[in-house]
Amino acid sequence: MIRAFLFTCFAVALFAQEEHGYTTADIQSGGQRFLQNCASCHGPDGDAVPDANLSSGRFRRAVTDEDLLRIIRNGIPGTPMPPGNYSEAQARTIVAYLRSMGRAGTAGRVAGIAGDEGRGKTIVLGSGRCLNCHRVNGEGGFLGPDLNDVGSLRRKSDLERALVDPNAEIRVDNHTIRVVERDKKEVRARLLNQDTYRLQGIDNSGKLLTIPKDGLESFEVMKTSPMPSYKSRLSAQELADVVSYLTSLKVGIR
Amino acid sequence: MKVLLLLLPILIGGVALRAQVGFERILKANEEPQNWLTYSGNLNGQRYSTLTQVTPANVKNLELAWVLQTRAPAEPTSKYEATSLVVDGILYTVQPPNVVVAVDAVSGRVFWTYAYQPSAASRPCCGRINRGLAILGHLLFMGTIDGNLVALDARDGHVVWNTPMGKPESGYSVTVAPLVVKNRVIAGTAGGEYGIRGSLSAFNATTGKEEWRFETVPGPGEKGHETWAAGGDAWKRGGGSIWTTGSYDPELNLIYWGIGNPGPDWNGDVRPGDNLYTSSVVALDADTGKLKWHFQFTPHDEYDFDSTQIPVLADLPWKGSVRRVLLFANRNGFFYVLDRKTGEYLLGKPFVKVTWTSGLDAKGRPIVAATPTPEGKLIYPENQGGTNWYNPSFSPRTGLFYVPSWMDTYATYFKRMDPYQEGSQYTGGGATHEIPAVRAGAVNRRAPELGYGAILAIEPKSGDVKWEFKMTDVTDSGVLSTATDLVFAGGREGYFYALDARTGAVLWKAMVGGQISAGPMTYMVGDKQYVSVPAGNAVFTFALRR
Repeated sequence: MIRAFLFTCFAVALFAQEEHGYTTADIQSGGQRFLQNCASCHGPDGDAVPDANLSSGRFRRAVTDEDLLRIIRNGIPGTPMPPGNYSEAQARTIVAYLRSMGRAGTAGRVAGIAGDEGRGKTIVLGSGRCLNCHRVNGEGGFLGPDLNDVGSLRRKSDLERALVDPNAEIRVDNHTIRVVERDKKEVRARLLNQDTYRLQGIDNSGKLLTIPKDGLESFEVMKTSPMPSYKSRLSAQELADVVSYLTSLKVGIR
Repeated sequence: MKVLLLLLPILIGGVALRAQVGFERILKANEEPQNWLTYSGNLNGQRYSTLTQVTPANVKNLELAWVLQTRAPAEPTSKYEATSLVVDGILYTVQPPNVVVAVDAVSGRVFWTYAYQPSAASRPCCGRINRGLAILGHLLFMGTIDGNLVALDARDGHVVWNTPMGKPESGYSVTVAPLVVKNRVIAGTAGGEYGIRGSLSAFNATTGKEEWRFETVPGPGEKGHETWAAGGDAWKRGGGSIWTTGSYDPELNLIYWGIGNPGPDWNGDVRPGDNLYTSSVVALDADTGKLKWHFQFTPHDEYDFDSTQIPVLADLPWKGSVRRVLLFANRNGFFYVLDRKTGEYLLGKPFVKVTWTSGLDAKGRPIVAATPTPEGKLIYPENQGGTNWYNPSFSPRTGLFYVPSWMDTYATYFKRMDPYQEGSQYTGGGATHEIPAVRAGAVNRRAPELGYGAILAIEPKSGDVKWEFKMTDVTDSGVLSTATDLVFAGGREGYFYALDARTGAVLWKAMVGGQISAGPMTYMVGDKQYVSVPAGNAVFTFALRR
């Protein structure tokens, strides 16, 4: 977690930012907005419009974050770039994401390999046992994030990295808690919220839990992902197939 | 008829009292603890109340008396940070950004509302917020996010005068709750992230005319200017914001004020030198604004560790005699005790994990151990610091200093070269951190190693932490202490607490459903004591069940 965080920091530092800095959560939420609203023209990696390559961290028409904010909210008259209907805070998360772009290298093991969506589906729904913890089309577990829209929410490079190195970046929304009760009964859940007195989570069966901290043997927010690495479990071709299938998962309803 | 005649003087007396808050009342605020006449409740900045109806024994019977709802802020940065004033049964508050409301302090029913319309050019760096009002005579004073100081008639909310303090298009704003001293209203400008040059000014309360000004970044020929690179013009955009309210010692006739960070925040290369009077506390003559002494907590600050804390004045036994001291828990992570007559450094000790310095020298000057780099450097504490603008409290009964703190937090600080462009942010870098500075949702999924929030009780003579009340999430809440040894505070989780001032034990708590970003206060009307605090988008006021 710390390592991943540092990596993010380093990359964000390289691609200058403003205000009082951005949090990892800002960057993540901006990434989601980008993929939902901007990627249809700019591409998931931000490099699909030749005159406006957003992936380099340098912008033709913007120097400061305020410039970027203005463009995101007002568009660029006389070009296909439309005004975006965002509050300032929402637009700022997109700026945070743009400033962080380029951090995850796009060239991984699957670069240059054409993935087969159908074969990927067989692995995800079958031999890969992904639905033990993830969901597709309403089937599967709740411990991991729902994959139904993952193609709209993540870049290919992010998906590949998550498969080969699940601990590289555990997103704020995907923390797992491990709770040991007095009677040694162990509970695992995805953390939804916490305060001084309670943990709130969802277990793999989809049950919403409120767990008072008082009276527990122990609890921890896990620093590692419960997901195994697929680095050695899948060949490069199979990895490309899985990424290809995951990229196709877009529900388009929000 | 006879009854009416008897009642008449009482009524007139009541009305007359309501109309006039002379400075002598503010000076002797201790003699009327039923009212809350200034931001800190008293000119010494202690935020300590001598009301005694609510005690550790009965505090469990506190219940909601009333709630004042506001329109939801348009932006998450529009937090409710204002401390209310109470004058003879009327409560005055400021909803973000600049909406003044007068309500009946018993029922919460509104008398009048005044919605100031800030200029579209306003661009306060760190939230569209206001920290509260000051009152003198029948006038209320409010700073505005577009850089003005406005006087309102406390009876009906009409504007009496409006004095510009700084241009909003250049990044100036006024968020501080002003301080009234004698017949003047003292307030200063903020906007340190926009390359402003800060100042603290005193205005004639009747006319709004400026009577003196203290430049927080001295110009050529002024003392302190030599701490800015010779021949350069970095001082012109050197920052030195005023974000929070100062204190006043009537016997010394000195006001004490914390000064914000230098600009640009994270890159000191363009401003060699100590950069006075940024990240300092200053003592000024209350009548002239002339500098009496200063103490710089973070010379050549490259961390945005502005000294936006309330200077708290106390008279304490100190090595065999009673000394007039100033207590200051700084954003840079250190707790300080200074002699408030001379500015002499008496004590400095970290109250959170600190790695930017290896320690303080004999005069309290930090020995710098880590600074921002182009690649980014991980430094404790994180950019919001050990504490920040959330007010502390001092109880003369327990002798403890209560500080809302962010414990064990870190950020990666980096610097870059920013060109100055009027009205654009001019920060020279940033800090990437895990805990949002001004934005906070309703959930907290952060891992525990990213730090936590606490109310600390610090013993001034040693700087030792006597107790710590831990919260899972951080806190932007101020602290109130009372003569019955209660401490009131809250945090981002939305709990409002009464703690035992001697042990930190929780005696009562209420879930108010939104983060507390303001300082609590207490007052009395008739025979009932109330404790009031804004949380989320509303003001919550509690009193004992009957």
